[in-house]
Order: sequence, then C-alpha cells, then structure tokens
Amino acid sequence: MPFPIIRLDYMQISIEKLSHAYGSVEVLNDINLTFEPGEIAVIIGPSGCGKSTLLRLMGGLEEPSKGAAYIAGQAPEGSLNPLTYIFQDFALLPWRTVAGNISLVLEDHKLSKQQSKAIIDDVLARTNLSEFHDALPHQLSGGMKQRVAIARALAVSPAFLLMDEPLSALDSQTRELLMDDLVALWSREAFSACYVTHNLAEAVRLGHKVIVLSRRPGKVREVVEISIPLNERRERAAELEEVQQQLWHMMREEALAADRELADV
Amino acid sequence: MSDPVNRKKVPFRGGGFKPRPIRFVAPFVFLALVLFWEFGSRTGIISNLVLPAPSEAFQAFLDLYNSGLFWKHVSTSLYRLVFGWSIGTALGILVGLLIGLFSLARSSLLPLTSAFFPIPKIALLPLFIIWFGIGEGSKVATILFGTFFPTVIATYGGVDNVERGLVRMGQSFGMSWLSIVRKIILPGALPAILSGARISASIAIILLVAAEMIGAEYGIGAYVLMAGSLFATDQLIVGVAMLSILGLCVSWLIGKAEKALLNWRG
Repeated sequence: MPFPIIRLDYMQISIEKLSHAYGSVEVLNDINLTFEPGEIAVIIGPSGCGKSTLLRLMGGLEEPSKGAAYIAGQAPEGSLNPLTYIFQDFALLPWRTVAGNISLVLEDHKLSKQQSKAIIDDVLARTNLSEFHDALPHQLSGGMKQRVAIARALAVSPAFLLMDEPLSALDSQTRELLMDDLVALWSREAFSACYVTHNLAEAVRLGHKVIVLSRRPGKVREVVEISIPLNERRERAAELEEVQQQLWHMMREEALAADRELADV
Repeated sequence: MSDPVNRKKVPFRGGGFKPRPIRFVAPFVFLALVLFWEFGSRTGIISNLVLPAPSEAFQAFLDLYNSGLFWKHVSTSLYRLVFGWSIGTALGILVGLLIGLFSLARSSLLPLTSAFFPIPKIALLPLFIIWFGIGEGSKVATILFGTFFPTVIATYGGVDNVERGLVRMGQSFGMSWLSIVRKIILPGALPAILSGARISASIAIILLVAAEMIGAEYGIGAYVLMAGSLFATDQLIVGVAMLSILGLCVSWLIGKAEKALLNWRG
C-alpha cells in the first residue's frame, strides 16, 4: 500500500483500523480510510450501517472502541474550529437570530466586536443571507435554515467539513437548490468535506469519491472515484446516471438485508 | 360529467376542537354572577346567614381600607410571598440544574427531592416554627420549601428536554462547558422553568395563607382567619377576594415574563 502524501499546508484525516460497538452491538468493523484535502468524500450505505456514527467518531464527538481517526498537517491559519459539522436537523438555537446563531460559535474565541461582525457579515454575504440577519429560525424555511447552518460552519473557517445528511430534512426542490449552492461554494473555495447521505443522487452530484459501506457492522465495501468535475455534473447527467446505477447495484442487497433486520439498538 | 340532479355537496365534517378566547366574555360572566348574587341577597333567595351580599362585602372592604390596615395586611403578605418565592425558586433552579447536569447530583438529590416533594409543607409548619421562630422566619421558610421542590422538578425536566442535538452542536464547535450551559441549556430549559414558576406561585399563595393562620398579627391570611373566627363572613369574602386578585396578578406577571422571554417561539 503506498503511503499517502501528507501536505503540510492542508489538513488530512485518516481512519485506521477503526471499530465501534454500542454495548454488544457492533456498528463499525475495521474501517481504513483516508480523506484528501480539497475533496468531497461521500459515504453512503443502508440505514443503520453506522455512517453517521463514523462521522461523529471522525470529529471527536464520540470515542471509538478500537482504532482511531488521525489528523495530519496544520489547520490553515485563522481556523477557529478545524473540524466543523453541518447537521441534518440544522441545530440552530431557536431563541437566537440568524446573526446570533453565527455569533454563538465565535463568542468563545477572543475576537473583538468588529472582527465578529465582519465575519458574520462576510459569511452571510457568501451564503446570500444578508437580508435575513435579524430573522429568527422559526421564520425561515428548511432550506434557509440549512443555509444559516452552512454560514455558521463557514464562520469558523473550517479545514474540514463533516456533513451529516445535510439535505435529508429538505424537500426535493430545495435539495436541488442547495446542491447547486454547495457546488458553487466548492468551486470557489475547494473545501474538504466528508458528506454522509443515503441519497445516491446527492452522492453522485457532490462526491469526488463515494465510499460504500456495507450493512451493520459497517465495513468499507467499495470506494468509487468519480472524475467528472463537480460543476459539469448537472449537464452530464447521463454519465452520472451510470455511476448511480452502479452504486445502487452495490447497495441494493445490503439495503434489502438491512431493511429486514430487527432493530435492537 | 356528473349528473347534477343526483349530486350532493360533500358534507363538511372537519372543524371544531380549537377553542379560541372571546374578548369581554370573562368580565361579563363575572359581572353577571355578582349581579345575580346581589339580586339573590336583596330578594332573600340567598339568606344573609349563608352568604353576605357583595355590597356588604364591599362595605367591609371600605371599612378595612379606611382603618388603614389594608396596606399593612397586603404589604406584609407580599413581603413574605416575594421573599419566600424568590429564594425558593432561585435555589430550586440551582438544584434542578445540578440534577440535570451531574450524575452524582442526580443520583443523590433526585431521590431526596422525590421523597420530600409530596410532604405537605403545612404539616411541617410546627417544626419550622421551632427552627425559625414564630415570626417571619417560619412563614418565609414554609413558602420557600413549598416552592423549592416543584421548581427543582420543573428545572431538571426542562434540562433533560433540551435537544441533545443542540448540545452536540455546541460541543462540535468547541464551545466551553460553561458557554453550553449558559447559552444552550439554560435558555432551552426556560419554558419549563417558567411553567414551573406558574405552579410554584400558586402553591406559594396557598402556603402563605396557611402559614399566616398560625401566629401572625398581619397578613391576608391572618385577616381571613380573624374574620372566620368572628363569623364575619363579609370580611371573609373580602380576604378571599384579595387572595384571588393576588393570584391573578401573579399569573398576569408570569404571562408577561413568558411573552418577553419566549418570544422566539413564534
């Protein structure tokens, strides 16, 4: 196995011999993965295969039973929170305004009032949210809420985004719009991300590589590289459809078997 | 095309189950009741021995007001109420937070709370008198203990119900423990704490009267007790009306606080 090249100006995450169990239920089994900087890696798998757990282990929100996730290289200068999550349920504080929710994650860092304000205005402008500065979350649609959560994640200048089914709580039209937003954002900033989803269309639209996990206990079944550039993927739908079929073929049996399992977690 | 003769409009069967407040109904009902009562007393349907007329009760109120004792009774009661309730609530929120946040506090204090909560604090009044004296101490302590336990239970329930996703979000952004408690857990538990405050305020008023019935010279409870022992039913009505108005004021204030603090619920 060739050694991965570690670029010191970027952060790289690698997972080595990682297994995890909740009590006696094994969720993940011997996962070995490397995430390259500037690349979106999508993890797909049937429900309950431990993909969200894997993401929580990568960002240090849970401790693995065996093995570990490693970060190599330096976080970029000025990164307040190198590993930053975007959650499926947005996780916005309902009692804070849009600006207040972004300010929340800056308040623990020693920033001056002007610095915080500049960051908030900047990320709101980058996500086209400037006019919603003072809105409360309950006034926003699901898509807008997730845009706020993306703005909040950008505010801490992350080195690596951990996205846990960020579009799954949205209707399909909003999902399309946000996928375009994410592609546009990546084209500008080439962020690194690990993106967990069960939606194959999202996987082939956003992933530079797609990691297919098997059903519980989750193992890496296949890693599929997609070489079509992200911003060309909407036009080259036919080619993507082929990849999607290939992925579905891999997942079908797993999903079928997972569906028939009794839930005991 | 459907046959227009044989067609029927789809019968409406939705609606209902959504009562809305109608303005001015409450004062109207209240006024009608008092008028009926006054009318009954004047015509003799309601014997004066059974219930004095509202006009007599109002006269008794004027007597009380003119004697200068009205403010004395009310301020004494308010002092006890505010003092006992605010300390009881503050301590209750503190202990409720501890139970909500720490395993050790939960395992040690929660069983204690569950054991002490159902004890009627009035039953402990003699003990409080021995411990805190016959004066203000025992009365404030009764209210304090009475409001403490429901606040503890409301607070830790509120903390338990704060969405774990929000806490995880705070952790994922590297927020400090204190920031998470201050900015996520406390505001998230606030709705539950405020509805606990509503309950504990009513309990405080009930306990206030009970405590003032033993060894108090002034206070609404003392006034009601005195009226009762003299069978001055008109004064009794005045005292009870004062308590009811006090309760209404407290619940109005808490309603205002809820509106101001929870406007984010939309």
